[in-house]
Amino acid sequence: MRIELVKRPQQSALFSALSPFIAFGLTVVAGAILFALLGKDPVTTLYYYFIDPLTETWSLHELAIKAAPLILIAVGLSVCFMSNNWNIGAEGQFIMGAIAGSVLPVVFPEFQFWFVLPLMLLMGMAGGAAYAAIPALLKVKFNTNEILTSLMLVYVAQLFLDWLVRGPWRNPAGFNFPETRNFHQYAILPEILPSVGRAHYGFVFALVAALVLWFVMSRTIKGFEVKVLGQSPRAGRFAGFSAGRMVLFAFAVSGALAGLAGISEVTGAIGQLRPSISPGYGFTAIIVAFLGRLNPLGIVAAGLVLALTYLGGEAAQISVGLSDKVVRAFQGMILFFVLACDTLIHYRIRLVRPAAGAGEARRV
Amino acid sequence: MKKTILALAASAAVLIPASALAQDKTKACFIYVGPIGDFGWSYQHDQGRLDVEKEFGDKVETAYLESVPEGADAERAIERFARSGCDIIFTTSFGYMDATNKIAARFPDVKFEHATGYKREHANVSTYNSKFHEGRYVQGVIAGSLSEAGVAGYIASFPIPEVVMGINAFVLGAQTVNPDFKVKVVWANTWFDPGKEADAAKALIDQGVDIITQHTDSTAPIQVAAERGIKAFGQASDMIAFGPETQLTSIIDDWGPYYIERVRAVMDGTWEQVDIWEGMHEGHVVMAPYTNMPDDVKTLAEETEAKIKSLEFNPFTGPVNKQDGSAWLADGEVAEDGVLLGLNFYVEGVDDQLPQ
Amino acid sequence: MFEAILITIATAATPLLIAAMGELVVERSGVLNLGVEGMMIMGAVTGFGVALTTGSPWLGIAAAIVVGALFALLFGFLTLTLVTNQVATGLALTLLGLGLSGMIGEAFIGLPGVKLGTLYIPYLTELPYVGRLLFGQDPVFYMSIMLTAGVAYFLFYTKAGLTLRSVGDNHASAHALGIRVIAIRYLAVMFGGACSGLAGAYLALVYVPQWVEGMSAGRGWIALALVVFASWRPWRVLAGAYLFGAVSIGQLHAQALGWPIPSQLLSALPYLATIVVLVLISRNRRLTMVNTPASLGRPFVPDR
Repeated sequence: MRIELVKRPQQSALFSALSPFIAFGLTVVAGAILFALLGKDPVTTLYYYFIDPLTETWSLHELAIKAAPLILIAVGLSVCFMSNNWNIGAEGQFIMGAIAGSVLPVVFPEFQFWFVLPLMLLMGMAGGAAYAAIPALLKVKFNTNEILTSLMLVYVAQLFLDWLVRGPWRNPAGFNFPETRNFHQYAILPEILPSVGRAHYGFVFALVAALVLWFVMSRTIKGFEVKVLGQSPRAGRFAGFSAGRMVLFAFAVSGALAGLAGISEVTGAIGQLRPSISPGYGFTAIIVAFLGRLNPLGIVAAGLVLALTYLGGEAAQISVGLSDKVVRAFQGMILFFVLACDTLIHYRIRLVRPAAGAGEARRV
Repeated sequence: MKKTILALAASAAVLIPASALAQDKTKACFIYVGPIGDFGWSYQHDQGRLDVEKEFGDKVETAYLESVPEGADAERAIERFARSGCDIIFTTSFGYMDATNKIAARFPDVKFEHATGYKREHANVSTYNSKFHEGRYVQGVIAGSLSEAGVAGYIASFPIPEVVMGINAFVLGAQTVNPDFKVKVVWANTWFDPGKEADAAKALIDQGVDIITQHTDSTAPIQVAAERGIKAFGQASDMIAFGPETQLTSIIDDWGPYYIERVRAVMDGTWEQVDIWEGMHEGHVVMAPYTNMPDDVKTLAEETEAKIKSLEFNPFTGPVNKQDGSAWLADGEVAEDGVLLGLNFYVEGVDDQLPQ
Repeated sequence: MFEAILITIATAATPLLIAAMGELVVERSGVLNLGVEGMMIMGAVTGFGVALTTGSPWLGIAAAIVVGALFALLFGFLTLTLVTNQVATGLALTLLGLGLSGMIGEAFIGLPGVKLGTLYIPYLTELPYVGRLLFGQDPVFYMSIMLTAGVAYFLFYTKAGLTLRSVGDNHASAHALGIRVIAIRYLAVMFGGACSGLAGAYLALVYVPQWVEGMSAGRGWIALALVVFASWRPWRVLAGAYLFGAVSIGQLHAQALGWPIPSQLLSALPYLATIVVLVLISRNRRLTMVNTPASLGRPFVPDR
């Protein structure tokens, strides 16, 4: 007996809606089993993981803070991945965007006007886009695989940031510690509702970007172009779309959004440049993009869910004593289940008995 | 009758809060930048936490979060602790500095202790640090006595003042025995990456050093050195298990005494803001047993340690020249704490360039 | 001294080489498995744990290979039978591997491990200059060289290898010819997992005999990059692995020698070098196209 997949004539609408819930249900069950095996009470642990972070306002704000860069980057990545351009270097674009945007407060700290912040955000986007253009150009001009180039450039960006904050951009009043000066007030991204929590406008950017890109991808010719070129470059060529230009466009969009995420994080949450400004957002965003099924609105939900697992992991660490290593295993499990359940959207599963029982097939 | 009732009520009023107070545990919370399993920096801090638990037993409750990245996550973690009833929070990494101060502003009743930082923007923030370089000086003395090549290999993490202080102290110690002693430095650009640290150790040994010391946190360098029969110094904890025949000693960060003292201060209500930088004298820097060396070197090491411990001698006492030959400390002059805490230049004998 | 440096380079290059070789076979069959890092670290924790508990590094290596293959089987089930997106599934595998290994490894923290011994042939190992390099290294080093030769021979000189390559180039045609595409891919994926597991065991039993959370330190990603770098040709993978290893070790030596170049620039050299060489290689479009498995990453569902 083996499992056989029969492609559905069109995507099952039922499962499109149900699949995330089934996946979530399976994750909860698997998680409960895992916690029980580790000797923790499954129900309490699940509570701390998924419910507790939602019970307080300050925690909801923290959720927004954690999810914002993930959503912002993932939304840009969805454009890339849909067009079959594999940008694995979002982490590097995040960092370069943060650096590009920070030029003003670090190198010209006396230049303090209200328009410094908007300028920084724009420069951040430009910096991220420019850095993403490198693997894009190498792909278009020299046919170099973008997975490798974008990934290698991540390490380069990290080392460049390290050199900057230890050397030329080091805070003169900082006891020679590796950090830039603290940004002045005009270079800080304000909080949305300061009295209740510290969520900053980065979250708003994320939501806006998601909406805009959702609109572009589903309602405009450009979106159509992205999808066609991603699925069949030949068909795209016949339609008059240029694959080369799409590479540049996709990388530029994704780089700009990653750069925006970078400068938002630095101006919102950190307030200066340091050797380490990202706990791997660029890579986690890839997961968020897939969890959200490369759909900008789905990505918003996915980003929030993933942020929830981070916060829940912390809560569980303190209250139940669950090790923080479980968080990553858990996230891997969620992704596995989501991917597996998505199969049901595109395919019908049949269990087929070997040839002797020809014709006897049970359908699911 | 009324008096009796009043008396009873009064004693009840006194007794009940008293018993409630007796039930009231002090909650001490710790935030680590790495895993407690790193057997180095975070591990030692956690040992300090365990010492607190041992000392106070039922009267204290501890909690910890490990592997908290610096940045937004740190702020959230600290706030979480502040909100969950912690009375004192220890943030054990330099990068938590701004986050600690920000949260301290919002929770004036909670005490914050920030390790290796320099900002104390509110009255409820203290900073604390250890004079690890004192241990490095003793290590230098041992290295100077034992090394035949006259060169030691130093696997360093990042060029921050604490690390530079360590390198300088090491060299100065070695030069008291061998004035021509040199140090080769390799920057691993990480606090913890066993593969990279192992490679760095190999590179240094291949270039002819015969003593290895490190300011990174894994046991890899001492393992590599042990394989090649090269003597080495451990870091942060006693790493003798990884180099039973080659570890000379190790600097052990013993945070227990300080943590116990501060938690007690919270319990007594005597907690005040401090900025402390203590070392051997207060028991914050401890040397692992001196092993694998001839007795006369061991005696010399013990004597040097005793001098530093009794505050008789400060490792940074002149005459000392900077790397370029210019004079830094005159004969008998002792370096100021402020200069040391921001140290970004080498003394003579270091074979490396610092980023400026 | 040079011999010692070369040996250090070989030690650095070996795990990359082994993992990349496994992934090469996987990708040649048309599957893209980004979970190398996860499989590698599972191999590391298994190898270390088994070696520590049984006292035998060889048992550790065997266990690591098995675990790597099993982990890859999970990936195979999802991507080959359930036809999930390969990139995403590979990433999920990495996450799961990193998390699980951390959980399992908690028991092994701070314990010195068992180290695999090195080879010793009475006369040959004593040879000056090349003795230890050629005849005095650990067994896994020799395995890595034999693996390279074996994979090269298999892919280009055997019928089975040709079949595998055809599956990777055009799975529809291969299927039409009656070739069992899914079965071959399953085998390839498990082979890749076994190699990654072995590479991980090498890290924990030879490179630094201890267990540390996350000790693969991104080597899985480098291995993936090396496969692309090598245009999917086995001997080029070896060249790439050693180039990367040489630059990585070289920069440490440059620092130890006291060269006045910022250490960050030196640390960045291996990555920059990889990009530069890749650009030079890929300019030859024909060579790239001939060697790239055309069906790489594309889902395959056999229609009746």
